Amino acid sequence: MNAATIRDGYNFAYLDEQTKRMIRRALLKAIAIPGYQVPFGGREMPMPYGWGTGGIQLTAAVIGQDDVLKVIDQGADDTTNAVSIRTFFKDLTGVKTTEKTREATLIQTRHRIPEVPLQADQILIYQVPIPEPLRFIEPSEVETRKMHALEDYGVMHVKLYEDIARYGSIATTYAYPVRVNGRYIMDPSPIPKFDNPKMDRIPALQLFGAGREKRIYAVPPYTEVLSLDFLDHPFEIQRWDETCAICGSDHSFLDEVIMDDQGTRSYICSDTDYCSQRVQQEAVA
Amino acid sequence: MYVAVKGGEQAISQAHKLLAKRRRGDTAVTELSVEQINEQLPLAVDRVMTEGSIYDRELAALAIKQSAGDLVEAIFLLRAYRTTLSRLYTTDPIDTGKMQVERRISATFKDLPGGQVLGATFDYTHRLLDFKLLAEGPIETGQSASEQTSDNPADSDPLLMSRVLPMLEREALLVEEIDDGAPPADITQDAPSYPCDRSARLQSLVRGDEGFLLALGYSTQRGYGRNHPFAGEIRFGDVELCLTPDELGFTIEIGTLQVTECEMINGFSRLPEGEIKFTRGYGLAFGQSERKCMAMALVDRALQADSYDEERTSPAQQEEFVLSHCDNVEASGFVSHLKLPHYVDFQAELELLRRLQNKKSVVSTSQEKPA
Repeated sequence: MNAATIRDGYNFAYLDEQTKRMIRRALLKAIAIPGYQVPFGGREMPMPYGWGTGGIQLTAAVIGQDDVLKVIDQGADDTTNAVSIRTFFKDLTGVKTTEKTREATLIQTRHRIPEVPLQADQILIYQVPIPEPLRFIEPSEVETRKMHALEDYGVMHVKLYEDIARYGSIATTYAYPVRVNGRYIMDPSPIPKFDNPKMDRIPALQLFGAGREKRIYAVPPYTEVLSLDFLDHPFEIQRWDETCAICGSDHSFLDEVIMDDQGTRSYICSDTDYCSQRVQQEAVA
Repeated sequence: MYVAVKGGEQAISQAHKLLAKRRRGDTAVTELSVEQINEQLPLAVDRVMTEGSIYDRELAALAIKQSAGDLVEAIFLLRAYRTTLSRLYTTDPIDTGKMQVERRISATFKDLPGGQVLGATFDYTHRLLDFKLLAEGPIETGQSASEQTSDNPADSDPLLMSRVLPMLEREALLVEEIDDGAPPADITQDAPSYPCDRSARLQSLVRGDEGFLLALGYSTQRGYGRNHPFAGEIRFGDVELCLTPDELGFTIEIGTLQVTECEMINGFSRLPEGEIKFTRGYGLAFGQSERKCMAMALVDRALQADSYDEERTSPAQQEEFVLSHCDNVEASGFVSHLKLPHYVDFQAELELLRRLQNKKSVVSTSQEKPA
């Protein structure tokens, strides 16, 4: 380790080694029971709760000197909070960082899964605000833990059914509940449901950290992740009539940008690396 | 001694002398001036002005000095002064759409007319204690650096920017806020009654305790009255304050106010007319008070439960509960009154409890006898 690259007075990756060990133990349990929320001794971090402290603690617990870190927020590397978290790890680990999805060994994300399929040597770390998928049906943790233990998930389907009765279709567009490995119902974090299929049986390891709620959960590689639905109302993802104004993509998640006071709109890829890679390939071809 | 029946007057006078001494601290350390508080603790001043209900930086700073930094006490001081002021005129409503914007962010659109302007914010700072601030003497203030983050050099001055939510209103995606022209309630003049009018509710929330509203707003995010919020827009800057005196018949600008406004876009709902639209919550405060504004907007939306046929199951949705307990001057007063003597009432309770216990022991001994 090149100590000169780390901020004075702090351990590699901010957390002390005992804390990292505690988090890694919780991680092992989480990986052994896919989708199960493991309580852990979450620490105060130098960013506010709700701004990624869970993801940051996971990254801090698993990052090594040879890792290459990518941090995205809303799919983009240049959003303010992504910049802030990347700077933090640069400052406190000195590891190499990248904006390219393919080059990264660790990707910390808020609200998106990169468009490019992830590989076996990559770990995707999600920042999670509310880890409990049943929370908005049952606010009490005492009750929801019982419901998970008994696999008592009927209310979740009732909620989705009520959406259909009221609006004609399921009205959950992000943080869309999934069932992991045929057992636990899990909150995929507030990713758009567009990204849900990207979690299913992928070679990469997926870790989820909720700092304020002090929970860790995981989806091991090649694990089945199914979005909840009904036979007559199958799960669907978002689609746009428009294409990306920069790269022309017609199958990526698009952000709406307002161009003027009259409300003229344009659409661009939310995954900025994916968009710029496409523009570069276009230039080469 | 506190228990002394006589001598209260002298005790109070001595206690106040001690308080003054305590407030001043070590006289070897330079005394803090009101001006220093105003300049160097501006966010404390903003909070005291907001909850104290007077826009006056100097008076708020004075209250903070006098209260030795106890902000709830400072708010109380300012409110107590406020009641002595006569009301000469009612100003025109401020127009936040014409704000000279120093900071404006939207969490719902990546880019929009005017862009995202971070301005001065704790957001994205790493909360690492800066030991350099322990050192005395001039410190790098960063004043030479550009205060704006926008790439556009023309953006370096305060800006006029369109508000974000009207753009969604135009597309009929968002419930509209309509001014029906009714004169707003004045909760400082009339006793509240429930259910209350939106203007009375918003007034209560502006004056409401930041911590209380923060906790209630937070509870809605954790499932107790969830309302799917998005920070549609938060803006901070100067707005003009205008007056149209009847005898003049035209409008004159009498000054500017610094305010923070938060417009929250909340989950959509089917309206009575059958349309489906996003709903909204509103927050406004003096100075730069973002936490307060956001909490207020969350609670404002939670309190609209009835308008959208939502079951009121959580504390944040109970209008009477929220509004009758959010004022920290009232709350702090009543909690602290428990420090007053209650000898008489307590004596009455004590007498009763002893009597009940004696009766019980008589009963139980009489029951035991046959055994």
